[in-house]
Amino acid sequence: MLVELFLDLYSPPCRAIYIFAKKNGIPFELRPVELARGEHLKPEFLKVNPLKKVPALRDGDFLLAESVAILLYLSRKFQTAAHWYPADLQARARVDEFLAWQHAAIQLPATNVYLCKTLLPYFSGQPVDTVKLERLISRLTATLQHLDQQVLAVRPFMATEQVSLADLMAFTELMQPIAAGCEVFRDWPRLTSWRARVEAVLGPELIQEAHRLVLQPRDPREAQRDPQVAQILVHRLQERLS
Amino acid sequence: MGLELYLDLLSQPCRAVYIFAKKNRIPFELRILELLKGQHISKEFSQINSLQKLPTLKDGDFILTESVAILIYLSSKYQTEAHWYPSELHVRSRIHEYLGWHADCIRSIFGAPLWIRVLVPLIGAQVPEEKVERNKAAINGALQKLEDKFLGCRAFLASQEVTLADLMALEELIQLFAVGYDLFEGRPRLAAWRKRVETFLGAELCQEAHGPILNILEQAANKTLPVPPPEVHPTMLNRISRIP
Repeated sequence: MLVELFLDLYSPPCRAIYIFAKKNGIPFELRPVELARGEHLKPEFLKVNPLKKVPALRDGDFLLAESVAILLYLSRKFQTAAHWYPADLQARARVDEFLAWQHAAIQLPATNVYLCKTLLPYFSGQPVDTVKLERLISRLTATLQHLDQQVLAVRPFMATEQVSLADLMAFTELMQPIAAGCEVFRDWPRLTSWRARVEAVLGPELIQEAHRLVLQPRDPREAQRDPQVAQILVHRLQERLS
Repeated sequence: MGLELYLDLLSQPCRAVYIFAKKNRIPFELRILELLKGQHISKEFSQINSLQKLPTLKDGDFILTESVAILIYLSSKYQTEAHWYPSELHVRSRIHEYLGWHADCIRSIFGAPLWIRVLVPLIGAQVPEEKVERNKAAINGALQKLEDKFLGCRAFLASQEVTLADLMALEELIQLFAVGYDLFEGRPRLAAWRKRVETFLGAELCQEAHGPILNILEQAANKTLPVPPPEVHPTMLNRISRIP
């Protein structure tokens, strides 16, 4: 029985898991869960993850949610190369530190920019709230500055001298504003060269495969396919971004 | 130089680190930085942690931030009892599952009531009523998930013994409880869990670590809390604007 991964490749942590599994040759069954259709709110999925979130994993009768937990589980179970999650005490602590920090510092502001600029207008049919967008971008900018001026000033990757789970999470999260047309790397030379290093390690083809969906424009006819779901999603997005 | 921990016991992740170090008899120098006095935004501390956040660990030349990373580092370096962070794959995964959800869904909302009821008035700021109501609803929803999904029929959140997950969760709940949130009322499973965790930690240690936060309403009423100096207001206003 293969490991089943419940993913929506529009979601950055889902892409991180997808890339990690593919890159490490971990055999898995992909179970797509379309957030934009509210599939994560349906009873079938709640049996997999009552927290109503992707990513989620099922391995036999073991169920596991949360991206960091899933990445660590896969790295242990399939004994992936040590650089992803080093055994050395201090190096591992750096990866743990980054993985704890990124939730609020990268994932939240980067995804919010995408939701405000792309997803909310898509579902609501309303123009982008530019005042709100500027505020959300300024929050992300503080993080970009820290990554460029502090983190990458002392080492080539986010946590250690080699690519680790920290880079995988940061990379997929920073691609989210890119998908919304915000050139987050442009003003930051160290971040730009870090991006090239990560792409070289992961391989451009795998990155493209994982990001194809999110980098494509969404079909506007799909937005109102289920008006009730669209309305629920608009409400949730507005609350989240207020 | 031995292990130094930069903490303020009004902060929930700082208390988790403090309790863990004390309970496991890890020798450390306590460096108290009072957030309300803006001691974390000083030049000296910025050189240790440019993000100006607590808790921060300094072990010789090695500086580490983020409570979860600090707890894992300490458990590994000092080889604390296995139940805190068991190496068994499934239990350890449960701990990380909880900590991931905690980072996304607990951290941002459970800290807010202390701000709304005590810290915001302290600097004469305001939080829109709409946000206050939304925060209450979010807390109730999260408490329900904590009971149903994480606690379930287990004795503790991730296993049948105390783990790092329980410590992190307990301190967030204490933060709510301290500002008069009736969260254990009508939630017998959660109340029993709290009792189990506190019994394990010991009354004395809980009293020592929770004392300052449990007195916060009284201090606010008696006006004995430090008045934050103007230079710390921008950081505080920034934090207030992020209340979801």
